[in-house]
Amino acid sequence: MYGRWHRLSTQAERMAGNVFILPAVLVVLFLAIFPLIISLYLSLSRFKFVKGGFQIKFVGLANYQKLLAGSEKTHFLGAMADPSPLGWLVVAIVVALMAWGLVRYIHSRQHSVVGLVGRVLATFLFGLGVWLLVHTLSPDGRPGTIVVTWIYVSVGIAVQYLLGLGLALLTIQRLPGRRFFRVVFLLPMMITPVGIAYTFRMLTDTDKGPFQPIWQALGLGLYSWVNDPWGARAAVMISDIWQWTPFMFIVLLAALEGQSMELIEAALVDGANRWQTFWHITLPQILPVSTTLILIRMIEAFKIVDLPNVLTNGGPGTATESMTLHAFISWRALDLGGSAAIAYMLLFVVTFIGMAYVNLIRRRVAEA
Amino acid sequence: MVRFLFQRKSLSAPSPAGMALSYLALGIWTLVALFPLYWLLVTSFKLPIDVNMGPFYLPGIDFKPSLHAWEYILVGDLSNDTTRNYINTVVVAPLSAGLALLLGTGAAYGLTRFQYQPRLGAILTFIGCLVLAIFAITLGAPWQIALVASAVLFIILLQTVGRRFKRSLANNDIAFWLISQRMLPPVAVVIPIYVLFQRLNLLDTRVALIITYLATNLPIVVWLMRDYFQTIPFELEECAAIDGASRYRIFWSIVLPLSVPGLVATFLFVLVFAWNEYLLALFLSGARSQTLPLTVAAQNATRGPQWWYMSVLILIMIVPVIAIAIALERYIARGLLVGAIKG
Repeated sequence: MYGRWHRLSTQAERMAGNVFILPAVLVVLFLAIFPLIISLYLSLSRFKFVKGGFQIKFVGLANYQKLLAGSEKTHFLGAMADPSPLGWLVVAIVVALMAWGLVRYIHSRQHSVVGLVGRVLATFLFGLGVWLLVHTLSPDGRPGTIVVTWIYVSVGIAVQYLLGLGLALLTIQRLPGRRFFRVVFLLPMMITPVGIAYTFRMLTDTDKGPFQPIWQALGLGLYSWVNDPWGARAAVMISDIWQWTPFMFIVLLAALEGQSMELIEAALVDGANRWQTFWHITLPQILPVSTTLILIRMIEAFKIVDLPNVLTNGGPGTATESMTLHAFISWRALDLGGSAAIAYMLLFVVTFIGMAYVNLIRRRVAEA
Repeated sequence: MVRFLFQRKSLSAPSPAGMALSYLALGIWTLVALFPLYWLLVTSFKLPIDVNMGPFYLPGIDFKPSLHAWEYILVGDLSNDTTRNYINTVVVAPLSAGLALLLGTGAAYGLTRFQYQPRLGAILTFIGCLVLAIFAITLGAPWQIALVASAVLFIILLQTVGRRFKRSLANNDIAFWLISQRMLPPVAVVIPIYVLFQRLNLLDTRVALIITYLATNLPIVVWLMRDYFQTIPFELEECAAIDGASRYRIFWSIVLPLSVPGLVATFLFVLVFAWNEYLLALFLSGARSQTLPLTVAAQNATRGPQWWYMSVLILIMIVPVIAIAIALERYIARGLLVGAIKG
């Protein structure tokens, strides 16, 4: 009896690794691989309603060609124009930085062929991205959905992270009433995104919204955010920041609560000031969580769709349209192939940025 | 006198001046966070004419509050819809979040404490067989037969060809693969998932929503919890292992209690995500399994958005989540780790 029990338990012990990971992997596999393959096929085909049903015709890369060089090019990539001097300056700085990084990598002791190829590819694609940004954001150019999405992601995440970190640092202090603040700060995250989009449509209304007296006083009574490209984008970004700062806040708060206080107290006793303890002790401790947080938020932020859809309907023109909204609009027009192609372009962009981020930044942080 | 302002009572308590500044900053952000909610509350008591005639701020002072929207949603024409969708949301969100936390935490623990080496050849064979199965199903073969046939093919190939490929992946690759499943926007994912559940006869059921949310939330749980497990020192587990505790026991009675703050934060986030999800629910649910976000969006009718109804719905939607957040907030408390190491 005892022997059998013992055998069983040693076997369970040996299987432990698989028992822990397999359920999650299987569930994700079940619902992930299948849609991935189907949408890939859709993106390579044209969907059409015919008598008595529909027809899916294989068209090769035509949908992608349309996005990158065909009729959808200005919509997707944007209208190019010669960059301003400032734009050229940005290009010069970025190119110099990337070249410096490459040279440093080649001179470092532990470079490998795979690492080198990866870095060259990353440098090339990143340079291409900067080139696109500079050309479409110049005064005469017009950013397409891919550039607009990137603006939402980068501005949104930077602001959300800094705000979230600041608020988390404020609320870990032993202040009376901090529990009240913690709960209140979480509230925006709990509203359904569709609801937030409608709420902000009420709030940004310059005629009937609550801030109407302010707009009146500023002489903007008849101005509508929605008619100015940057005004409309700002409205979308403000709503996004309002909604997602709490997410950064709560994860950073949990990370800060988990840090070891003894180190900080020891440093304070030794005469370090607040800034030094934050920079040398707290920050390194929360960096791994921060990099994960930013990666997750980045992936989610690239899929922003409810806010621009409800707030501005993508307008004026296509100024606030994100890539997912672009895909959604094509999808509504029953261009399933085109929609899937945009989705796959988004997947390429996010995968590239995500992999570069994980390999170049996250791993370094985790090893440090 | 001035020095008193900057003196701290103890090392971790802020000075009076620092406290004042902290309260100022906290107060400003409280205003920012609460004002939209206040506006929703005010709007929910307004008659349509009060909304359309320009901004009114204080019920009872610059407009006469009315309960018409609350009546319409809670006891009037829409009450049946509201109740049904409310129950659906209450069932779907916590269940999927709980399951995601359960499976995801296990996977996260595995990824930080074990070395996995899945062989690349096996994975590619698997995907190949899956593609074949899908292809066969789209050509009209019954899905049971197609699945069994491809499973058999997979095992045969794995035993013969698959062994030749020795190249394997590492934990980081598995983690990145998991998170990469969230990169495709739902617009692209939704049609295949719709077809999948149609084939399984699960369309318009809560089960379909629970499974979908579980799969979409798992990667987030894995990634967030992985970082928490990395901050938990190995020494404790080594001690327990030497004392003869099994892996499961170590996980259950040492690692999990130590990561309560992380678990709570992660659970809250996943719960909120499932509670509020809109697009997938729109496609996967018909009349029976609709969730509340659909009801909110449905108030944007042909006559334009019905702000007053929307406000009521949004408000009754967030009340339970706030209650959960208040209940769980105290578990995100300091000092759990510190004590454990010392003892």
